[in-house]
Amino acid sequence: MKRAERQILESHRRIGRRAMMLGGIQAALIGTLALRLQHLQLDQADQFRLLAEENAIKVRLIPPVRGLILDRRGTIVAGNEQNYRVTVIADDAGDLEAVLDRLARLIPLDPEDRARTIKEARRTPTLPVTVADRLTWEEFSRVAVNSPALPGITTEVGLSRNYPFGPDFAHVLGYVGPVSDYDLSRIEDPDPLLRIPRFQIGKLGVEAKLETLLRGKAGSRRVEVNAAGRVMRELGRKEGDPGANVQLTIDHRLQNFVQARLGDESAAAVVIDIQTGDIVAINSSPSFDPNLFVRGISSADYRALMENDHRPLADKTVQGAYPPGSTFKMITAMAALEAGVISPGETVYCPGYTTLGNRRFHCWRRGGHGEVSLTKSLEQSCDVYYYEIAQRVGIERIAEMARRMGIGTRFDLPMSAISEGLAPDREWKRAKYGTDWLIGDTLNTAIGQGFVLASPLQLAVMTARLASGKAITPRLVRAIDGVEQPVMQPGDLGVSDAVLRGVRKGMFEVSNSRRGTAYASRIVDDQMRMAGKTGTSQVRNITAAERARGVTSNKDLPWHRRDHALFVCFAPFDAPRYAVSVVVEHGGSGSAAAAPIARDILLQALYGGLPPLEAYPENQRAQIEEMRARLRLLPEEPAPSGGRSRA
Amino acid sequence: MTYLENRIRHVPTGFRKVLHLNWPLILLLAAISCVGFLMLCSVAGGRIETWAEPQMKRFVVGMIGMFVVAFTPIWVWRSLSVPAYLACLLLLIAVEFFGSIGMGAQRWIELGPVRIQPSELMKIALVMLLAAYYDWLDIDKVSRPLWVAIPAALILLPTFLVLKQPDLGTAILLVAGGGLVMFLAGVSLWYFGTVLALVVALVFAVMESRGTEWQLLKDYQYKRIDTFLDPGSDPLGAGYNITQAQIALGSGGWAGKGYMQGTQSRLNFLPEKHTDFIFTTLAEEFGFVGAISLLSLYVLVLIFCYQSALATKDRFSSLLILGVGGTFFLFFMVNMGMVTGLMPVVGVPLPLVSYGGTAMIILLGAFGLVQSAHIHRPR
Repeated sequence: MKRAERQILESHRRIGRRAMMLGGIQAALIGTLALRLQHLQLDQADQFRLLAEENAIKVRLIPPVRGLILDRRGTIVAGNEQNYRVTVIADDAGDLEAVLDRLARLIPLDPEDRARTIKEARRTPTLPVTVADRLTWEEFSRVAVNSPALPGITTEVGLSRNYPFGPDFAHVLGYVGPVSDYDLSRIEDPDPLLRIPRFQIGKLGVEAKLETLLRGKAGSRRVEVNAAGRVMRELGRKEGDPGANVQLTIDHRLQNFVQARLGDESAAAVVIDIQTGDIVAINSSPSFDPNLFVRGISSADYRALMENDHRPLADKTVQGAYPPGSTFKMITAMAALEAGVISPGETVYCPGYTTLGNRRFHCWRRGGHGEVSLTKSLEQSCDVYYYEIAQRVGIERIAEMARRMGIGTRFDLPMSAISEGLAPDREWKRAKYGTDWLIGDTLNTAIGQGFVLASPLQLAVMTARLASGKAITPRLVRAIDGVEQPVMQPGDLGVSDAVLRGVRKGMFEVSNSRRGTAYASRIVDDQMRMAGKTGTSQVRNITAAERARGVTSNKDLPWHRRDHALFVCFAPFDAPRYAVSVVVEHGGSGSAAAAPIARDILLQALYGGLPPLEAYPENQRAQIEEMRARLRLLPEEPAPSGGRSRA
Repeated sequence: MTYLENRIRHVPTGFRKVLHLNWPLILLLAAISCVGFLMLCSVAGGRIETWAEPQMKRFVVGMIGMFVVAFTPIWVWRSLSVPAYLACLLLLIAVEFFGSIGMGAQRWIELGPVRIQPSELMKIALVMLLAAYYDWLDIDKVSRPLWVAIPAALILLPTFLVLKQPDLGTAILLVAGGGLVMFLAGVSLWYFGTVLALVVALVFAVMESRGTEWQLLKDYQYKRIDTFLDPGSDPLGAGYNITQAQIALGSGGWAGKGYMQGTQSRLNFLPEKHTDFIFTTLAEEFGFVGAISLLSLYVLVLIFCYQSALATKDRFSSLLILGVGGTFFLFFMVNMGMVTGLMPVVGVPLPLVSYGGTAMIILLGAFGLVQSAHIHRPR
């Protein structure tokens, strides 16, 4: 206890000493603080009071100019146009309702806008809120002249988004719209800009996916305002950075042609440059005018878009996933050839059906094709040939080949809701349905029916890959702020030349042999020979009874039960340049509905404009000319060289 | 040496403890909190329900907590100091993984219905642990390198975790609070001199490293240093708060503009007007007189802490009281220094006045410890 006693005393003494020192330091710091307060509040009080009371300094954000979106030729496809508007700051207005009443005498102000303005202005009383925009110059000047009688009201010239080609680019570009609470809740660290009421951000497509690039950085200006909130002078200004200009790989003239050519069909078309992977056109039809959304679409217009059974708002090119039908046969053929289970010359006998257990799998031609080789199987799209080779090669190799060709891959493009498609295999089916893969599933997959799904984009990529033998990846952004984005050197596909040659030959016959399914849609220009493949995919099951009666013709079915029509193609055959895929929803048959469209698009791309009529078979020329006259195309460009554009 | 080795003649029990509470201290804390309610009401434009009312509820909870802590014998708290520290450390690690993000940093953790900020708890747990450590340590070993290294590590461990959140303000408070206890315990002044020299060297390195690849701080932290050194350099951006805070402070003058008459605060210039920058509103509306009065209340709290600490012979109690008092001092000093432009903006609330539940309840709980030490002092 003695030692503890000593320690207690010693501890007490030491703590006392240190506490004194600490107290001293603290006293000194508190003294400094008091002196600082005295300095600020007593010595400099007058100066600060002046700053605070007579004038208030306010900071206003300057919204940056949104980056332009250009097509591959440098034409603006999403720009900004001047927009005259009137804003109000509730705190400066005083009696907000009275001020708006006075304003309503100068410009038309509908009650809906008025109510919205009051709500927004009360919520953010210190920030400017848009009262009316898209005013005419006269209206704008009337407000500006009367501004002394309108406290809190400011006239502004702003920029708003404009899509000069309207529907042509609606699905790729998407559109901008005012920031919603939902948008804010999704963004982790919102830019203060987004808090500006009615500030517009990308909602869909490229506008949304490249939002951060396109938006730019806000500037700010420091202004001195008087008691009424009117800006007296500007003290400082820090310009923001405009958003980056984004150049796309799309050619706006081709895009326009494709949109016009698809017309009112519920369809999608994709054109890929085989050398670079550039998407030069990507259209979904029917389309809509994105400018309507920027201005605030009326509920009637919106309802019309929503209720249309052709779904204009959906982007069928990347969001749509369809059974590829016979366009999938190239993949089945390549898988079988690569595995060596069949050779190009070997034939399979087609009696019009294959029997599997007690089930019959039919060929589309009831009487059968007789002896069928690889070339003939593609040319005439014989199903039995594929039933046979698919059984030999098995689903795993087919699925693996499909994946190699891009089916089941979500390509990294700045577009909304890109579909992954589906290359089904045993494991997938077990995970999804918990049941085993059946041979019947393999047969269905072999002809692109059943589980397999591909988007038009994937079909175009598949075509580009088998035309080039390279693992081409699609690209949509060509340059950002003038800086070229690198073209990825595509790796080798790993499919042997012999295999590719065999399949390409069959595709050539499809549109160049008299018996080919797309012979009617051939190109006769020898430099531009086209190879392709038709596809007709069922959206319904054909029962045995129905088959016995004779399959109902598509014409006699209601629209939504008709088959999808597909066509994929590339040209020129000897030096492939463009790959095209066309899907016409419920179009009937691939050869009648999709192939003519794809051929016209391909020719348009190859010639860089309207092709000469000589490229078409002689007996079709009159009809083509007539059709062209009906299309609403952009006015002919005053082309400097007149030759083909290789932009 | 433990509490029980003291020669204890009598310790109050039961309801008699109420009589032995340090009542002036309680009244001071309540007075400061009332200033807070008043100001929170003012910055909300006269509405009580926005901030003042929830703050009052927390004050009541905090007060009840304070009494519970106060009536629990101090030796219980001493024996709990190690588990408390470890628990806080675990929570800090948990924040790393499960915390939610607020104001750009990961600070919060949800425990059932309560959201807590473990870094706030740690400030007190660290002081407790160090007080217990020096209570346990033989007084002659205090300055030996090994026995200095241990508390240093105990301080740096949570500091490191807090810096990762990142929360520079709390990290500084942890180091300063821990250092304070070490200083009071009698660790040789040479150590403090060395650390100070190292800090100066580090500051130099930090400033030199700017813009190079091995830049030591984040860009926004450099910006804060810049605006601290010269608030005018970027009056639109980072310096905006400071410039506006000083205009508010300065324009208050001698007697202020009157309650709820502050023009600066009404204009929404300050995004954190109800939290870190609440002192500016007080100084604007009540002027120099108001500001100095609040400062005096804080100083009185300190004085009562000193008095209470020096009156007890128990080493743990004195260190704990002075540690809590010192942490309290750091809070208001850093906050006021920050808004008056004496220090960089590091995000420290004004104790008991700024809006914020965790800080209020924990601070009152900490003063519960002070009360417990006061009631149960050996006599």
